[in-house]
Amino acid sequence: MQVTGEYEPVFTGDRRARLDAILTRYPTKRAALLPALWMVQEARGWIPDTAMVEVAQALDLTAAYVKGVVTFYTMYHQHPVGRHFIQVCTTTPCNLCGAEDVVRAFLEHSGCGELGATSPDGRFTIVEVECLGACGFATPVLIDDDFIDGVTVDKVRELLARYP
Amino acid sequence: MGYPHKPHQKETVLLSQYFGDPEARTYGGWVKRGGYEALKKALGMSPAEVVEVVKVSGLRGRGGAGFPAGVKWSFMPKEKSKPHYLCCNADESEPGTFKDREIMRWTPHALIEGCAIAMHAIQAEVGYIYIRGEFTEAIRIMQAALDEAYKVGTLGANAMGSGRRLDIWIHRGAGAYICGEETALMNSIEGRRGNPRIRPPFPAQAGVFGMPTTVNNVETLTSVPHIINRGAEWYQKLSLSNPKSSGTKLFSVCGHVARPGNYEVTMGFPLKDLIYDLAGLRDGRTLKACQPGGSSVPILDRAETEACLLDYEGCVGQGTMLGSGGLIVFDDSADMVYQIMRLTRFYAHESCAQCTQCREGTGWTVRILERILSGKGTMGDLDLLLDIGEQMTGKTICVLSDSCAVPVVSGIKKFRGEFEAYITGARKPVLAVA
Repeated sequence: MQVTGEYEPVFTGDRRARLDAILTRYPTKRAALLPALWMVQEARGWIPDTAMVEVAQALDLTAAYVKGVVTFYTMYHQHPVGRHFIQVCTTTPCNLCGAEDVVRAFLEHSGCGELGATSPDGRFTIVEVECLGACGFATPVLIDDDFIDGVTVDKVRELLARYP
Repeated sequence: MGYPHKPHQKETVLLSQYFGDPEARTYGGWVKRGGYEALKKALGMSPAEVVEVVKVSGLRGRGGAGFPAGVKWSFMPKEKSKPHYLCCNADESEPGTFKDREIMRWTPHALIEGCAIAMHAIQAEVGYIYIRGEFTEAIRIMQAALDEAYKVGTLGANAMGSGRRLDIWIHRGAGAYICGEETALMNSIEGRRGNPRIRPPFPAQAGVFGMPTTVNNVETLTSVPHIINRGAEWYQKLSLSNPKSSGTKLFSVCGHVARPGNYEVTMGFPLKDLIYDLAGLRDGRTLKACQPGGSSVPILDRAETEACLLDYEGCVGQGTMLGSGGLIVFDDSADMVYQIMRLTRFYAHESCAQCTQCREGTGWTVRILERILSGKGTMGDLDLLLDIGEQMTGKTICVLSDSCAVPVVSGIKKFRGEFEAYITGARKPVLAVA
């Protein structure tokens, strides 16, 4: 992977200071990789190859190694997603409580059409996610960083309206 | 307790006493409720004394394996020649389980106190709380509590004026069930892919960063301050069944119940009371099956459920496991074939793909179940599923592979008729032909 053209670094100013503080928590630089990738995603909305090169340089790793880690963890986006990323749990306990109907309602009201696709206005991307760990509050939904319990079909339209 | 947070009279609330009480989240509120007394007491004891108390209490790992916590701590080297680490496993991802999330959301200082006591006992100066990436709210609340604990000097270079350094950091996961496996968790902290490691070496010899490490579950660590405060004998006696299973346990009840939520009961509590009396079935429904310890444990039918006592031995006695205490309830409306397929999709998605049996077996199992659900299955498919299940059991680095086979094999054994109905056409296909 090579950085070509204009690239605006992620780790400058405050973010560089934050990364430096994180590095003091671990005995190796490599251990700061997951936190560094979170910071990239926070800043850019996803993790472009160019940012993987920057992270690799900051932590004395190879870009290929960083990519190997990025591709292992499902929460790191390897391509741009909608302005609001919506994850709906459909694993068995929530499934028993009607989670698939909730997914259908999200797809219908968001204009996404299908899972993984971004709505034409760039506003939403919706995915099914395996167990969110809130099975007693079916159906849990993660919209960006907001963890929302107990979403039912009738609440979906109003919920989407809160994310312009 | 179901929601709103009101304990049922049959519950024994230690860990969940302050669930739903926002004031308990703050340092001041926690101290007012007796918080950090146990840490003060523990810091006045020698590490070996703390280990001994937890050993005698009989506290066993609440994450799923049920290994005695004090014994695990005693595996750490007594003479400290290199740094020791504590890793708190807050990667709660086992379908059906949502207890650690509630502990962190409502009583973050209880977990910090438990971590700090454990760190003293195993002579660790640094501890990492590995929280799954999706738990955004729990991460925010835990971070706020840690900030408070540092501010008042409970944590830091001179923790509670003891002269001991106790540093606790949150390490956020990024969406991988497998990182709840302790060696995968350590790899993830080190900045690696979350692949489980071959054991030996065990974490107490060479764990995170190659150093002696103890990995404990959130609920296990949160139980420790109660034991320090009230004594090992008191905790040992908290049991309705047998002395090998002591204390209270949080059960996350979900699926087909009227009042889902976390219920805290004394070990040995009857499973049928938890389902029928505390969580309750929905009106007009009857019980078909359940998984008492998360999705990775064998499915119990109704008769087995009604005979089962909730402790480590009682569950084994009915052919299942206590696991994490994630109780998934299926009533008579449940389509067992479809729901078991959904579980296998979970494992197929979460396999780290290191071992062949798991990488191939999980996906193959899903495809066969989808075939059956689309009306294209054969009777031979059931034998094939059992055969694959056997090949997936006991042959891999970690037990994710086994965990995928468990609900399939126990499901076919106990609900074979439902599978056959899709194959003979007695039941209409629910999936489009693949």
